[in-house]
Amino acid sequence: MHLVINGQDQDITCTTLAELVSALKLDAQRLVAEVNGTIVARENFGQTVLKDNDRLELVHFVGGG
Amino acid sequence: MEDALILGAITLKSRLFVGTGKYAADSLIPEVIAASGAQVVTVALRRVGMQQEGVMDHIPDTVRLLPNTSGARTAEEAVRLARLAKAAGCGDWVKIEVIADTRHLLPDGYETCKATEILAKEGFTVLPYVNPDLYVARSLISAGAACVMPLAAPIGTNRGLQTREMIGILLEELDVPVIVDAGLGRPSQACEAMEMGAAACLVNTAIASADDPVAMAKAFKLAVEAGRAAYLAGPGRVQDTTLAEASSPLTGFLQ
Repeated sequence: MHLVINGQDQDITCTTLAELVSALKLDAQRLVAEVNGTIVARENFGQTVLKDNDRLELVHFVGGG
Repeated sequence: MEDALILGAITLKSRLFVGTGKYAADSLIPEVIAASGAQVVTVALRRVGMQQEGVMDHIPDTVRLLPNTSGARTAEEAVRLARLAKAAGCGDWVKIEVIADTRHLLPDGYETCKATEILAKEGFTVLPYVNPDLYVARSLISAGAACVMPLAAPIGTNRGLQTREMIGILLEELDVPVIVDAGLGRPSQACEAMEMGAAACLVNTAIASADDPVAMAKAFKLAVEAGRAAYLAGPGRVQDTTLAEASSPLTGFLQ
């Protein structure tokens, strides 16, 4: 499936957001996700079905002032 | 009665907030936080894989997280970042930072007010980073800000309390906590801000850029405490004249 993740085109085999996070080897507990501009609560990653050309933002906390 | 800082629904003993950016190694952060005594710690939100690794492994869960909206150039972007930060499950505090100017990193008062109004209505405890401008500060308070956070000097410059007089006006005129943020470079400058009546100071670069950040965090802790104690003690009047006024009696000298 073709996805735009953090502004980059990627082709990844997955059905749900939870599967994508796992395929990218990210820690879901540390992550916030937006799918097509809508925030997805962490507990809903498993039931969030992705479709071709979805635009995702995967963000987390980094050091800052 | 204990001297506490009340922000939103939270009572804080520590009046030093610390940032987590720019450390040579993030593994220093737990020790820095411990040495600073800070109960409020700022973080930023970024895309995964694009910047440094997540900082959360280094922040004890006993502190209150204050996510900033750095990277936002408009109110809309700040609101988006605040909502994302809240979705991370670390509470509803947010430091609004709207900066369109990449050279001086000065906050945009108008956009900051707009974001503050939207987020305060959504239940966020909003801590806005601002220029020390009385009218902007008043607008922020009307918009629901829990405090105002005027800059001492441009972000990351360690140049100290350059805006002293303007911050003094805010302290005189406003009823909300004034938290001095950005530009403080030395503990003495934080101490001075506290002596003037600031409710707290937020320090990042001055600690992170020190040769020994942990020792500097301790120094800022002591300075903030000393300044607060001096403020509460009610400093004596500064004389208008440079002529001396003896501290010891001018009578009863030995002959």
